[in-house]
Amino acid sequence: MPDDRTFYNEMLDENGGPRPAYASLAKWLEDKPPNFLSKKSRDAEMIFRRLGITFAVYGAEEATERLIPFDPIPRIISAPEWRRLSAGIDQRVRALNAFMHDVYHRQEILRAGVVPEELILQNDAFLPEMVGFTPARKVYAHIIGTDLVRVSENEFYVLEDNTRTPSGVSYMLENRETMMRLFPELFQSNRVATVEKYPELLRTTLESVAPDSAKSTQTVVVLTPGIYNSAYFEHAFLADSMGVELVEGRDLFVDSGKVFMRTTRDPKQVDVIYRRIDDAFLDPLTFNPDSMLGVPGLFDAYRAGNVTICNAPGTGIADDKAIYAYVPDIIEFYTGQKPILNNVPTWNCSRKEDLAYVLDNLEDIVVKEVHGSGGYGMLIGPTASKREIAEFRKVLETNPSNYIAQPTLALSACPTHVASGVAPRHVDLRPFVLIGDQVRITPGGLTRVALKKGSLVVNSSQGGGTKDTWVLED
Amino acid sequence: MLGRTASSLFWMSRYHERAQNVTRLLEVAYRGAIMFHSGQDHGTHLTFALANCSCEDTYKQKYEELNIRNVSQFMLFSKDNPTSVRNCLELARNNARAVRTSITAELWEAINTTWIEFIETSPQSITAERLPDFLAWVNQRAHLFRGALLNTVLRNDGYYFSQMGNFVERVDNTARILHTQYSSLLPDSDIVEDGGLERYQWTAILRALSGRRSYRFAYPHAQLKAFNIAEFLILRLEMPRSLAHCYDWLADTAEDLAEFYGSREPSLDMAVDISRELSEKQMREIYQEGLYEFLENFIGKNNLFAHQLSEDYNFA
Repeated sequence: MPDDRTFYNEMLDENGGPRPAYASLAKWLEDKPPNFLSKKSRDAEMIFRRLGITFAVYGAEEATERLIPFDPIPRIISAPEWRRLSAGIDQRVRALNAFMHDVYHRQEILRAGVVPEELILQNDAFLPEMVGFTPARKVYAHIIGTDLVRVSENEFYVLEDNTRTPSGVSYMLENRETMMRLFPELFQSNRVATVEKYPELLRTTLESVAPDSAKSTQTVVVLTPGIYNSAYFEHAFLADSMGVELVEGRDLFVDSGKVFMRTTRDPKQVDVIYRRIDDAFLDPLTFNPDSMLGVPGLFDAYRAGNVTICNAPGTGIADDKAIYAYVPDIIEFYTGQKPILNNVPTWNCSRKEDLAYVLDNLEDIVVKEVHGSGGYGMLIGPTASKREIAEFRKVLETNPSNYIAQPTLALSACPTHVASGVAPRHVDLRPFVLIGDQVRITPGGLTRVALKKGSLVVNSSQGGGTKDTWVLED
Repeated sequence: MLGRTASSLFWMSRYHERAQNVTRLLEVAYRGAIMFHSGQDHGTHLTFALANCSCEDTYKQKYEELNIRNVSQFMLFSKDNPTSVRNCLELARNNARAVRTSITAELWEAINTTWIEFIETSPQSITAERLPDFLAWVNQRAHLFRGALLNTVLRNDGYYFSQMGNFVERVDNTARILHTQYSSLLPDSDIVEDGGLERYQWTAILRALSGRRSYRFAYPHAQLKAFNIAEFLILRLEMPRSLAHCYDWLADTAEDLAEFYGSREPSLDMAVDISRELSEKQMREIYQEGLYEFLENFIGKNNLFAHQLSEDYNFA
């Protein structure tokens, strides 16, 4: 098969034959009649639509709920590959939690000069309100979704750490359910590690960080901004599969420093809040006074140790794009070990010499907003038009400290169902990590795929799709 | 259970029931519009449907001409009409979505699929010829919702709140139709000789409350008579849309809730009182008190009951 060799093909090796982990899947794909995948794709779409597995698109006028396209060909990770990845993730999330404890207490890492002081203290993501407060088990980020990309057989890069409120885990779970419905035979011929325990492990994790762990039952809730939020489906899904209440801010109130929910009978005290709203909206008394989504007095109840908020307020400091460049140093500082997973080399446009390099090389690199997300406000040099580059140059020159830049990575590609049949498309990977009494990494994750040929943007808001992600067992 | 959850379950059912009631009124309007009635203005049936949804004024602001096409577009698809089927289904689904964790997958799928298929229907495609099939479809979907609720939902507080929403809306709808049509239901109407207009209104009322056939079974030897129709729709327990039947359900359900929570609330006493009053009343007495006053009074009491229920159980 003639093949573009500028990127790593996860299924096929240099000779066009399948790699060992994909052997059985490649054979299965070959044996299927041409229309088979199209039909299965339609079946999958019907399942997703009926179940209401949708996300909202901001800015779209009508029909604000959409489906994320689901690709029926799984992405496969071998057991040895996964062992290395999960060791790297484990190391990284422990270091980031240690880092947060440090910056909100003694700030040893600033004193040692490893991370520049102003980068922390003048960062909007740094919450002075958290200084001196120690959350249960010293855990700040209980749920992390580490974004990874692969560029070669043995090279994975971490793109982002997502330590605030990472989403997408419901797709990991529903994609698997859908695959098991569509292709039961594949699960007999491949030893795929299960992901279905995630909700139970999430609940265990949340219970393990309750303020008074000695109590026999902990009341856990999921706090959502409501049905118009883009990830509402996931909030409901997680509450449902954990068997806990899904609450909005107006369902909660604070009395004598404790948090309660309004029920049809007596108020019920809440011990752990898995919040899916941003810091700024948590408590109008402490943060954004205009917030209608939060709970007045929540932060005081939290500081009094009467309720645990997951993830803790202020975790944004660990996934800030300006801090990102220092994560390898952060890992070495707290663990004494070399990082297992690579960081993408990053130019910080607030630095003069970095900015000069970036401006000279706009055609070849990716420029991102420091606080942006969702694939908005970024430039992908190699695929951008001359005009787009010229316009972006102006923006960048006016406000350089708002941007970082990275080399364009040759993202690996996986076989994907497209109009013409099966073709390689670029992917990334977001495994989900839970941190409480233990660190628990679910074998799998969310694979996002850029459905357009050659595209490197995998965000669902920009036309990306998802795949089921298999981790094979030995 | 959260107070907001109770409220959403209540309104989810209420809006579904409302969507179905609006659909039935539109069926009546459609039948009237295609049939020739001697000596009768063609607009009567259309006005009947609009008036019973309390949307006559909004309609007049939007359309100049009164015809079945405009009326059906308005009552089915209009976003400006608060009681359009579209708006009812959307609100029903939004409420269901807000409590997804408290309803079964079967119930959610019934609600969600109805909404998706409804919203994917282009309003222009529902011409007068396609209208009856489309109305039948909406009706069936509403039955599917009820079926999924009755067959799959756990008999706990959530179920009771859903039932309450359903029957509070149903009884309100029956009472309102009787109220707007009360003059044709006065005993004097029975002596109208040729019965043209009155008879049309009687069948329209019965059709709008799915009682045309069951009336024949309940009164096997009688002609259509104002007295019987009023009695059938107000006092007869076996008529599933009568005031008596609905309050029988509401009182039982309030009792179930009290048992479930182990405490008696004021709303229970209200439901029991209204139900007892209806079971002890005779149609003759209602006519003596005044049918209009009786219905007006009843609609008020039903509203008070719904309000008390939301107070007792902290609806947000």
